[in-house]
Amino acid sequence: MGGYILRRLLSAVPVLLGITVIVFLIMALIPGDPATAILGSYATPENVARINRELGLDAPLWRQYLIWLGNMLQGDFGQSFALNRPVLDEVLERFGATLILAGTAFVLCSLLGVIAGTISAANQYGWADKAITFTVLLGISIPSFFLGMMMILLFAVRLRWFPVSGMWPIYGARDAAALISHLAMPAIALAVVATGVIARLSRSALLEVLRQDFIRTARAKGVHERSVIWRHALRAAMVSILPVLGIQAGFVLSGAVYIEIVFQWPGIGRMLVDAILRRDILLVQGGVIVVAACYVFFNIIVDVAQSLLDPRIRT
Amino acid sequence: MTGAFFLFSRNRLALVGGIVLCLVVLLVLAAPILPLTDPDVTNTANRYLPPLSEGALLGTDHLGRDLLSRLLWGTRLSLAVGFAAAAIAATIGAAIGVIAGFYGGRLDNVIMRGVDMLMAFPYILLALAIVAALGPGLLNALIAVAAVNVPFFARNIRGITVGLAHKEFVDAARLSGLSRPQIILTEILPNVLPVIVIAMSTTIGWMILETAGLSFLGLGSQPPQADLGSMLGEARAALISHPHTSVVPGVMILIIVMSINLLGDGIRDALDPRLKSGALSRPMAATRVRRQAPAPEPNLEGILTVEGLETEFHVGPRKLRAVGGVSLSVKPGECIGIIGESGSGKSVTALSVTGLVASPPGVITGGAVRYRGDDLIGAPYERLRAVRGREIAYIFQDPLATLHPLYRVGDQLVEAIKAHQKIGTEEARGKAVELLRDVRIPNPERRISDYPHEMSGGMRQRVGIAMALANDPEVIIADEPTTALDVTVQAQILSLLDDLRRSRDLAIIFITHDFGVVAQLCDRVAVMYAGKVVEEGPTKAVLAAPRHPYTARLIACVPELGGGRRRLEAIPGLPPAVDRLPEGCAFAERCNKARSACREGHIPLAQEGDRAVRCLFPEEAPAREAAE
Ligand code: SF4
Repeated sequence: MGGYILRRLLSAVPVLLGITVIVFLIMALIPGDPATAILGSYATPENVARINRELGLDAPLWRQYLIWLGNMLQGDFGQSFALNRPVLDEVLERFGATLILAGTAFVLCSLLGVIAGTISAANQYGWADKAITFTVLLGISIPSFFLGMMMILLFAVRLRWFPVSGMWPIYGARDAAALISHLAMPAIALAVVATGVIARLSRSALLEVLRQDFIRTARAKGVHERSVIWRHALRAAMVSILPVLGIQAGFVLSGAVYIEIVFQWPGIGRMLVDAILRRDILLVQGGVIVVAACYVFFNIIVDVAQSLLDPRIRT
Repeated sequence: MTGAFFLFSRNRLALVGGIVLCLVVLLVLAAPILPLTDPDVTNTANRYLPPLSEGALLGTDHLGRDLLSRLLWGTRLSLAVGFAAAAIAATIGAAIGVIAGFYGGRLDNVIMRGVDMLMAFPYILLALAIVAALGPGLLNALIAVAAVNVPFFARNIRGITVGLAHKEFVDAARLSGLSRPQIILTEILPNVLPVIVIAMSTTIGWMILETAGLSFLGLGSQPPQADLGSMLGEARAALISHPHTSVVPGVMILIIVMSINLLGDGIRDALDPRLKSGALSRPMAATRVRRQAPAPEPNLEGILTVEGLETEFHVGPRKLRAVGGVSLSVKPGECIGIIGESGSGKSVTALSVTGLVASPPGVITGGAVRYRGDDLIGAPYERLRAVRGREIAYIFQDPLATLHPLYRVGDQLVEAIKAHQKIGTEEARGKAVELLRDVRIPNPERRISDYPHEMSGGMRQRVGIAMALANDPEVIIADEPTTALDVTVQAQILSLLDDLRRSRDLAIIFITHDFGVVAQLCDRVAVMYAGKVVEEGPTKAVLAAPRHPYTARLIACVPELGGGRRRLEAIPGLPPAVDRLPEGCAFAERCNKARSACREGHIPLAQEGDRAVRCLFPEEAPAREAAE
């Protein structure tokens, strides 16, 4: 087991390097004088000189990349000119808020999606299946930002169940209750699409498994249908559901950008959009790399979970 | 066109999706000729008019612009951008995929590595990075959305191209001297095109959503130009005071994406052959029962009796009669063999006993199955469940497929025990070890924590037998339990079953296609052909003097009894398809004694002492009247 985790971690190294190469190349796309583009409206002569020195912009491209990578490995992601603070500090601070939001949404969509998909498969063509299938279709068709806005109208403005936006109350204690009441709507709005996708795939994964011989064996043993579905079939189906959860984690992380804008959540998505609009390129670059790296590690966790679930792939 | 027609006739929701989408497209195409006010003309005097106002059907926005007009023009833009992004992503992705898949080797490796890298990014992050580099703007947003979808297409199309690259027609083209680009254009491309179209239809809704999303964030279309996303983005500031300005574009996005999804699902379903055949249906907890007539009166003796059992498979309009009126019985301590070719209905008969025939498509349409006099056909689920494994237990063929691959064998045994006995897990575990010992598995304390894939075929089958014994059942139905095993292991398993039957007074129904196995184990044998019993009697008597020509041929195929596996397929010809059973004797086609009388009407199973045969002209039989 330990060996497997180690090998999986090592295999992440080229992926992480690839990510930095891609981000570097995209940034190299910026037309015109890079230093001026990176600095945007902050392009004072001193700043331009500093950027040119930091990035070694007179060197060939591969040298530039190595310098840039070396700096990042030492924790130096550069300086945000708009915020006038180190990129890494800002990114890590914002990323915490995003993790709370996306993590909650991910737990929600995984649980609800798998449960809904299982109920749907167990009652194939029954009314529960039809109701779930239709709800899922609605869920994957509605833009999450629109859903979020409508939730604000209904639950925050009309019913006053939840605060309109933000992560913490402006006045009052920053305790768990306050966080949960602020978190509820954005987390749900963010989870809806992924819930739909997961429910769909869980349903077909279960239908696939339910036709297999070992399900018939379980029934022949006299095992109750409830545990035939929820123990035998679901466990086997999880082998193909888990990778989907890994992929959906990426979509949840992506969708957080919209939800953070709609609900004024102080996360990294909002930071990225603001940074793009202000042309604060180094901040964008740092944010993208940190989030992507985090996603790579999350997928390692999924793989390890997969190997725990399926003894056949453990070596 | 006919394809589309079939699609729509089957799937009404896809039809609705298609119609709605067409309406929307027509409406926005007509936008330039409709009597609309200019979408960009501001009129601050008329800000935030509510819907249904005079001169503004959907009201106006924060600058007093007509929302209906803006909606139509915005939809036009959103659709165009979405389609363009999909087309660009499909073209570039497909080109990359075809080249990687066709050329293979190093090039393939390098390209696919790159694709994997791109896919390691959370989707929108990559789009944001591209927009950050190129700067906000609708064209740049389009490029970003298309770019992040390229890997998806590349990977899909590559997979298909790899499959095609080794087909005969491609080889033929190569031999005829065509260059590789020529082959790609003339042979590969026409074959991947449909796949590209399908992939596009499933992603286009997504791309419309994504470009709308970038515009919503202010990174896409810039004012005064507006697509649906930027309309929503601008309206957000007035969400609480004037919600209609948000609702109008939001609902439009929902309608478009939903109808595209409906249509895409319909197309996918129509192209999936498994849906048509019903192969994606989930088997229910018990086989469906639709008896055409009341259960027959009991007239057989035994702990388990099957009388006049009829089981059909309903596949669409076709009705396949797998079991056509089978009667059998078994007493405690007795072993009865059911022998027949695959498709003769022997397994379906066995599975029908406790309602284990996959349903749909299986339906039990007649007969009775009595356990201790109690009819199990149509019994409530709880009754069936109490019988399954507790009174009547099964041993299946190929335990690698019939044992759960992800649970340790011990846990599966414990589960079998606890399904019927109210005891603690520790106690059940002790019993499980005992069971493994009973079926002569060495080292049971250790093997109990093995996974099925860690055991040998023979050991796995022993686990299957142990599981069947877990609750001391009265009847065991063994469905070809030794077919997957080699000869020595097979002999061991058979002698194990024989010992167990004697020591526990078990009634065994043993299903096989091997007369050798029957001779070793069974007291009586029933020969099945095309869903019916054609001969029945004590094993010795049947083997010594088969009456039915089919039985005689089966036995002739087994030169040495018990000498391992012998396939029945050695008989020339095939059994008839069960949905096209001929009149009269089903074996007539392959029988060298067949006469015209054989093909006229039903032939009953004629009882004679302890033997029975379904034949007008049985072998070596005293002359009998043909009629009756
Ligand atoms: S009934 Fe006629 S065709 Fe059928 S097995 Fe007997 S002899 Fe052959």
